[in-house]
Amino acid sequence: MKISRLLKTIFMIDFVTGLLIAIKETFKAKKTINYPFEKGSLGTRSRGEHALRRYANGEERCIACKLCEAVCPAQAITIESKERDDGSRKTVRYDIDMLKCIYCGLCEESCPVDAIVQGPNFEFSTESREELYYTKEKLLENGDRWENVLAANIKADSSHR
Amino acid sequence: MDSYFSILFTEVYKILFLLVPVLVSVAMIVWLDRRVWAFVQKRRGPNVVGPFGLFQSLADALKYIFKEIIIPASSNKLVFVLAPVVTMTLALISWAVIPFGEDFVLADINVGILYLFAVSSLGVYGIIMGGWASNSKYPFLGAIRSAAQMVSYEVSIGVIIINVLLCVGSLNLSDIVMAQQNLWFVIPLFPMFVIFFISALAETNRPPFDLPEAEAELVAGYQTEYSGMMYAMFWLGEYANILLMCAMGSVLFLGGWLSPIDIFPFNAIPGPFWLIFKILFLFILFALVKAIVPRYRYDQLMKLGWKIFLPFSLFYVVLTSSFLLYFDLLPGK
Repeated sequence: MKISRLLKTIFMIDFVTGLLIAIKETFKAKKTINYPFEKGSLGTRSRGEHALRRYANGEERCIACKLCEAVCPAQAITIESKERDDGSRKTVRYDIDMLKCIYCGLCEESCPVDAIVQGPNFEFSTESREELYYTKEKLLENGDRWENVLAANIKADSSHR
Repeated sequence: MDSYFSILFTEVYKILFLLVPVLVSVAMIVWLDRRVWAFVQKRRGPNVVGPFGLFQSLADALKYIFKEIIIPASSNKLVFVLAPVVTMTLALISWAVIPFGEDFVLADINVGILYLFAVSSLGVYGIIMGGWASNSKYPFLGAIRSAAQMVSYEVSIGVIIINVLLCVGSLNLSDIVMAQQNLWFVIPLFPMFVIFFISALAETNRPPFDLPEAEAELVAGYQTEYSGMMYAMFWLGEYANILLMCAMGSVLFLGGWLSPIDIFPFNAIPGPFWLIFKILFLFILFALVKAIVPRYRYDQLMKLGWKIFLPFSLFYVVLTSSFLLYFDLLPGK
């Protein structure tokens, strides 16, 4: 063993250097955010909670084509459709089991009318499983609540599609 | 009978006066540990519960209290339940002899340092009992590792203490502190202080010597089968031990309750505060070390304890005693 190496070991030079670096790092700006109080930015394609959108006149976009139901790899979507009095095909039931869902975004991708989308909201934890079996009403309500953000995200992303 | 009760009550009052602050500071020290660790890694650490997250440990303790205590079916139930109690009790009773100031000590016994040493050596029993009584692989291996490790490093701590005792000539902790009035032992015995610090890390199973609970290979070591309040008691006992080691280091090497310089603004601060500052200083070092070092391999740990620390501290005993003898500085003459 070289003398310099021996001295280095005896006087714990590496350890002291590490300690000084640690003390220096302590006073530097934090790399993490204060999560529930501050939030990080999300991309326009972030895949969070689902929503069913409406047209501006209040009509549901969904035409019950069931492409999303077919493409869903987790088989989380269940759709039942019926012809409405005016002859248009609409859903009577649109359920998503959020516990089965893997948030892959294929439903959004497959939708021809941009009805089912995944919004930026990822904080929808609940205290019971039942609350995560989303129904059509819940999804439409989500759509109404997030419409501004959803529309802006789809518009921002449209040039890449 | 009356006098018996009056003595009992005054003693209980004194003990509570010591124990409650120790337990509260253990909770705070856990918070401090996590916080320092987080700061070195540029994280924020617990900062939500209470001001600066100070009550995080209390919230954790509350959680542990309400959790179910699971006792494995194949365990030795009596020993299994006793183990955390032993750990915690042994970690707390040693505080009796720590002097917080002149005449400010619960039990001013003549063999204070010996008592401290004996009790901290007994601490290994809690771990062995826990590991053995769990009747499971990982706790057993963790307990064996822990026992071997603590025994090895106790030997070098013992020799280090001899160094200090040579300079003092008394086993009483208050005398040890008073002997440092002119010069803290950290200066003449600096190498011993470093070795004491490292041995204390090993003795309390702190990183880089946390092999007994090496989570990568042993899940959680001897704590694997414990849950709820029993786990929390191990955890409290561990941190009380760490705090005790810091206190021991402050008393032996950093002049206990003495102020660093005996001039006005410093010596106006009461002794207990100096001791607390010193304990905190040592503990922050403990926490920083936890943040920066990787875990030792087991053979390296044993090699360090038996082949480096023990011979070196023995050599230093010879050095110290010959120095004292040559310059006629031996105490008690």
